[in-house]
Amino acid sequence: MRADGVAGRMSVLLRGRRVTVLLFLTPMLVTLAAIAGWPLLRTIWYGFTDASLSDLDAARFIGFRNYLDTLTLRSGRTVHTGLLADPAWWHAVWNTLRFAAISVSLETIFGTIIALVLNQRFPGRGLVRAAVLIPWAVPTIVSAKMWAWMMNDQFGILNDMLMRLGLLSHPVAWTASPDTAFLAVLIVDVWKSTPFMALLILAGLQMLPRDVYEAARVDGVSPLRTFFDITLPLIRPALLVAVIFRALDALRIFDLIYVLTPNNARTETMSVFAQQNLFSFDKFAYGSAASTLLFLVVALITILFVTLGQLDPERGQ
Amino acid sequence: MARVGRVQRGGWGSIRFLAGLFLVGLAILESAAAARAAEIAMVSGSVGSDLKTLRHFLAEFQQKTGDHVSVVTMPSSSTSQFAQYRLWLAARDPDIDVYQTDIVWAPQLASNFIDLKPYVKGRLGDTFPTILASQTVNGKLVALPMFADAPALYYRKDLLEKYHKPVPQTWEEMGATAKVVMDGERAAGNRRLWGFVFQGAAYEGLTCNALEWMRAEGAGNIVEKDGRISVYNDRTVKVLDMVRGWIGTISPEGVLSYQEEESRGVWQTGNAVFMRNWPYAYPLGNSADSPIKGKFDIAPLPAGAEGGIHAGTLGGWSLAVSRYSRNKAVAVKLVKFLSSKAVQKERAIVSARLPTLKSLYGDPEIAAKQPIIGRMKIALDNAVARPSAVTGTDYNEVSADFWTAVHNTLAGDGSAKDNLELLEAKLQRLKGVGW
Repeated sequence: MRADGVAGRMSVLLRGRRVTVLLFLTPMLVTLAAIAGWPLLRTIWYGFTDASLSDLDAARFIGFRNYLDTLTLRSGRTVHTGLLADPAWWHAVWNTLRFAAISVSLETIFGTIIALVLNQRFPGRGLVRAAVLIPWAVPTIVSAKMWAWMMNDQFGILNDMLMRLGLLSHPVAWTASPDTAFLAVLIVDVWKSTPFMALLILAGLQMLPRDVYEAARVDGVSPLRTFFDITLPLIRPALLVAVIFRALDALRIFDLIYVLTPNNARTETMSVFAQQNLFSFDKFAYGSAASTLLFLVVALITILFVTLGQLDPERGQ
Repeated sequence: MARVGRVQRGGWGSIRFLAGLFLVGLAILESAAAARAAEIAMVSGSVGSDLKTLRHFLAEFQQKTGDHVSVVTMPSSSTSQFAQYRLWLAARDPDIDVYQTDIVWAPQLASNFIDLKPYVKGRLGDTFPTILASQTVNGKLVALPMFADAPALYYRKDLLEKYHKPVPQTWEEMGATAKVVMDGERAAGNRRLWGFVFQGAAYEGLTCNALEWMRAEGAGNIVEKDGRISVYNDRTVKVLDMVRGWIGTISPEGVLSYQEEESRGVWQTGNAVFMRNWPYAYPLGNSADSPIKGKFDIAPLPAGAEGGIHAGTLGGWSLAVSRYSRNKAVAVKLVKFLSSKAVQKERAIVSARLPTLKSLYGDPEIAAKQPIIGRMKIALDNAVARPSAVTGTDYNEVSADFWTAVHNTLAGDGSAKDNLELLEAKLQRLKGVGW
C-alpha cells in the first residue's frame, strides 16, 4: 500500500515534469516547424508537381515525373527524362561531393596545424588568434568578390605576385580557365573556412589535461608520436564536430560559386543547379525536386557521419 | 477584496494606457502611409555610368512631381538580375514598384506587369517597331523601352594607322589585323596589349556575342522564327572554331570570365586593339581621365567571310510597372518620365544610350554633342533580336544551354561539333512537341 502510494506520487510528479518539459519545448518546436518544417514540406510537395513561378497556385500533382519519366518518341525510341536521368544534375552532385571532400580535408589539416601553433605560448598570441579569424568574419559575398578581383587575369594581384616571384611565366585566368576554375573556388573556400576549423580545434586542444603531456615528456616520447598517440585521439570529438559542421556547409555551398564563377558548368554544385532551375529557368518544380534530393543527400551524409563518429570511440575501447 | 479592487483599477488603467498607445501607433502608421504615397522604389542594374544618370533623372522627377524614388541596385550581370526579379515577382512583393527589364524578358515576365498601352498611346508611333514588338506580348505592352542597344566594334585609330591597317570588314580580317598589331606592339615592349576583347563569360552577354559571329556567317539564329532548332550546322562549327583560335592568341584567356565592364577595363586602360561592346563605352572612353581619349573610334561589327552581314544583336532596357505595386499611378508616371523624349535625349547626350524614338535621330543637338548616336542608327536598324519571342518562357534555358556550349567550346572543353550536337539534343528535349 505504502509502496503503491509512493509510486503513485512519483508518477504524478513525473507526469508533471513531462508536461513542464513539453511546455518549455513547444515554442521551439513550433518555431522550427514554421521556419524549417513548413518550407521543407512545401519544397518536397512542389517537387511532385508541375509548378511554375509565374503561377504557383496552378500547380498540379504529377507524381515522380520530375525525378524520372519515360517518353516514347514517334520513332519508337524511348528516352528517360527527369532529374535522375539528367547528366547536368549528376555532374553537379559529383562537383559538390568532390568539393566537400577536398575542401574539408584541406581545412582540417590546415586548421589543425594552425590550432597547434596557436596553442603554444608566444608573444602576441592574442593578436595572432584574433587576426587569424578575419577571413571567417568577412561575409562570403564580399570575400568572393575580393578574390575575383585578386584573381583577375589582367589586373589581379595574384598573377602579379606569382609572376614577380617567377612561379608563373604568363598570367593565368583563374576563374575563366576550365583547369583552374574549380581550384579557384577551392582556394577561396579553404582561405575562408580554415580559421573556423582552427578555432574549434583550438577549443578542443585547450581542454586537454597537461599531466599526460608531462608524462610523455618524462618518458621521452617524440613530439610526432605525442601528437598522433595522445593529442589526436583526445581532440577527436572536437574534430568530428568541426568536420561535420564544415561538411554540411560545404555540401550546400552556393554564394561563393555564384559570385566567383557564375553560370560555369565546371563549378556548378547542387545548390547552384537548384537555384538556376528554380529562378532563372521556368522550371520551379524541377528545381524543387533538386532541392529535395539535395536535402536527402545532406541528411544521408549527416547520419553517416554521426553514426560512424559514435561507433569509433567504442571500437577504440 | 481591496486587493481585487486594486488589481481591477490597475487593469483599467493599463487598458486606457494601451488604448492611448494604440491611437498613437495608428497616427504614426497613418503619417507613414501618407509619406509612402509619394515614395516608390525602382530596381535597376548598372553598367558604366547608368546609375549616375538615373539618379540625376530621379532628382529631376522629384523636383517636378514631389514623389521620391529610391533605387535598389542590382549586379551588372543581367542573368543574376533576372533570378532576383523572378523571386520578388513570384512572392508578389509590393516593395518594388518599377522594374528595369532587359529587352528579352518581356515574354517571361509578362504576367507580372501591368499593360502600359493605355497610358502612352501618343508615343508608340514614334518608337521603333521592332523594339515595340519585342515588348508586346499578346497585345499587352509589358514594358516601355527606355533605351536601345546595338553593339559596335571599337578600334584604336592610332594603332591601326601606325600599322597601316584599314578598319576590318570581316571577322577574319579583324583577327589578322589584331595579331599583326599585337605582335608588333609586344615586340616593341607593350607586353600587356591584347588584340580583341569581348564578353565571353558564361551569361547572357555571351549569347549576344556568339549570335553575332554566327549571323555574320549566315549560321542562323539558334532557334528560327518557325520554331526550328538550327544551331547545329557546319557554319556554326566553323565560326566557333575560328573564335576558339582567338583565345590565348589575340584574346586573353580571361576573356571567358569577362562581362561588359571587364572588357571595358582592359580596353580603356589602353590594353586592347579591338573591343566588341555597346555604345555606353564610347563617352566613357573619351572621358577626361581616360588614357585612350581621342585615340579610338567605332565601326559596325565585322561581317562573315562570304559576303555575310554586319549583324549586331538587338539589346536594350525597358521599364515595367509591377502588378503588385501599391502605387501604380506614381509608378506609371515615373516610367513615362524616364522613357520620355526629353529624358531619352539627355541620356543619349550624356551616356550615348541609343534612343528608342525615331524622331530623336534627326535631333541637331544630339548630332552635335554625341555624333556616335547618328552613326549607330544603321547598326540599330540592322540589329537582330534574340530568339526570345519564339521560345517564350523557355528562352532563358535555351540561352543558358547555348552559352554553355559556346563557353565549353571556347575553353577547349570538347570540340565545337560535339558541343553543338549535344546542344541540339538538349534543345530538342526542351522543345518537346513545341515551344
